[in-house]
Amino acid sequence: MNHLLLLPVLIPLIAGGTLLLTGRWGRGTDRIISIVSTIALLSVVLLLMEHAATGEIMVYHSGNWPTPYGIVLVLDRLSALMLCLAAILALASLFYSINGDDRIGPRFHLLFQMQLLGINGAFLTGDLFNLFVFFEILLIASYALQFHGGGKARVRAALHLVVLNLVGSAIFLIAIGAIYAATGTLNLADLAVKVAATGTEQQLLLKAGGLLLLLVFSLKAALVPVGFWLPPAYASASAPAAALFAIMTKVGVYAILRMQGLVFGPEAGPVASLLTPWLLPLGLITVVIATLGVLASRELRRLLAHLVVLSAGTLILTLGLGSPDATSSALFYALNSTLVGGGLFLLADLIAKERGDALASLTLEQPVSRPALLGSLFFIGAIGVAGLPPLAGFAAKLYLLQSAVEHPIGAWVFAVVLVSGLLVVVALSRAGSAIFWRTGNTQKLTSSTTALQSVATAALLLGSAALMIGAGATTSYTRAAALQLDDQLAYVSAVLENRVIVASGSVSGEP
Amino acid sequence: MELTLSILIGTMTASAVYLLLRARTFPVVLGLSLLGYAVNIFLFASGGLTRNSAPLVEHGLKNLPDPLPQALVLTAIVIGFGMTAFLVVLALRALRDLGDDRVDGGGEE
Repeated sequence: MNHLLLLPVLIPLIAGGTLLLTGRWGRGTDRIISIVSTIALLSVVLLLMEHAATGEIMVYHSGNWPTPYGIVLVLDRLSALMLCLAAILALASLFYSINGDDRIGPRFHLLFQMQLLGINGAFLTGDLFNLFVFFEILLIASYALQFHGGGKARVRAALHLVVLNLVGSAIFLIAIGAIYAATGTLNLADLAVKVAATGTEQQLLLKAGGLLLLLVFSLKAALVPVGFWLPPAYASASAPAAALFAIMTKVGVYAILRMQGLVFGPEAGPVASLLTPWLLPLGLITVVIATLGVLASRELRRLLAHLVVLSAGTLILTLGLGSPDATSSALFYALNSTLVGGGLFLLADLIAKERGDALASLTLEQPVSRPALLGSLFFIGAIGVAGLPPLAGFAAKLYLLQSAVEHPIGAWVFAVVLVSGLLVVVALSRAGSAIFWRTGNTQKLTSSTTALQSVATAALLLGSAALMIGAGATTSYTRAAALQLDDQLAYVSAVLENRVIVASGSVSGEP
Repeated sequence: MELTLSILIGTMTASAVYLLLRARTFPVVLGLSLLGYAVNIFLFASGGLTRNSAPLVEHGLKNLPDPLPQALVLTAIVIGFGMTAFLVVLALRALRDLGDDRVDGGGEE
């Protein structure tokens, strides 16, 4: 059973290797391999999620090395949820891409699978250095995916993206070095035990390491002041890549949540709650800046990119509240915002394709060729992302605000979240009317989009409705995930006590 | 030795930051490489510095060096190498497409 845990990393890896070999075959082989692999991934992830839902923490010791020395993959409810979200988003983006977007540059599917490998690995790993490695895999794939298709805007954004993230990687390594020097371990569970017992001499080093990690993960999550690379990069990326990127900021948020919950938790002795006090102000400022960005955008895709930043900021401020309830609401919010965010990027591309040279600009007048379909999809997406009833965005926001009531600066959270919500509604309705209503006398162009693309887009946008219908089950899952995250002891004992015993030549897998 | 090493790392990092802030692709590539070297030496030192000792393990030797940072550095070097190669290609592409080697690409749109 435990070998199943390796599959989310192994499936994209094997698919990627195969794609490398069959790359020149052409005639759609790559599409078939990519789709088969992603469907297989989704089924494995659903199986894993079913297992994780029981509350058991699965641990995979790679190479059967004893725990603090070998690399472990760990699956708890949180990891399973994020894996599932990534797989769903990937499948929809992939179905969108196979109608031509994968042919505007070389080796789209290979890069796509490598990106999935990195994302899945980052969600599963239980080791800090291994997290770095998976981050690098997902980053190098994302550089190439962002650049997929070429063009001036993409090259310009890619240069920012790559240089900033390379500096980020250097800082990540410095943080790892500092933490290793202070504690002598990089295994997350082992770290959780050891940080509580750090001596006074090492504390400063450990704190510096922890805060540097926060900086790096903030860069990935695109928080202010290190998140300004995101809007141009996402706005210029090709649609399926941009839709998949909707999960990338969540990888950063996930890493912050994992470090905050496990290593720098409230019982971590001298470094207890090291990160938590930073999160709320960081999140609040990010939300404010991103809202301004949303209002100032004159192009739909840039507006959506600012919405991605906004959702990352909202997540971080919720995590800053520091209660399991808040974490649970953050997870629910992440589900909704990722699905709808990804769907909106696909929709923006459909709109851009149907408007010819006007693309997704909000200032030029040009009607889309299927105003009824795209208009309704835009309406659904806007409701989902802005947090209006009856879709899940509303439930997420309500849940989030409920968990902020008790907090000392809850009033700030209320003010910022509600005002930003209002301004987002204003910006989205302005964008919607600019695209669908203010069309002047220009002729409609013939559409070059296909039904499959519309279906993939609609599937993601309707994810918000599905989440609302299944809100009861989903929130009970996210609450259980948050409680599990709060219980560091369970994680630590699952990883450390489950040591692989090598006795007199015989190897026993599990005790 | 600690002092020498920290001065070395500090000087390299400072030079790297200076080069990065030049904001032209070639100095930025150099700066990132230099930053990579500084970080690798820092990582190497994170396991503690030992002198007159075996590189890995020698039977009967008490003062053993920590092998883990060496493994980390090795991985970091490989990753850094790949990333630098990618960045060089991207920088050339940017020079060709944008006709400018400034990292900010010479103004928006």
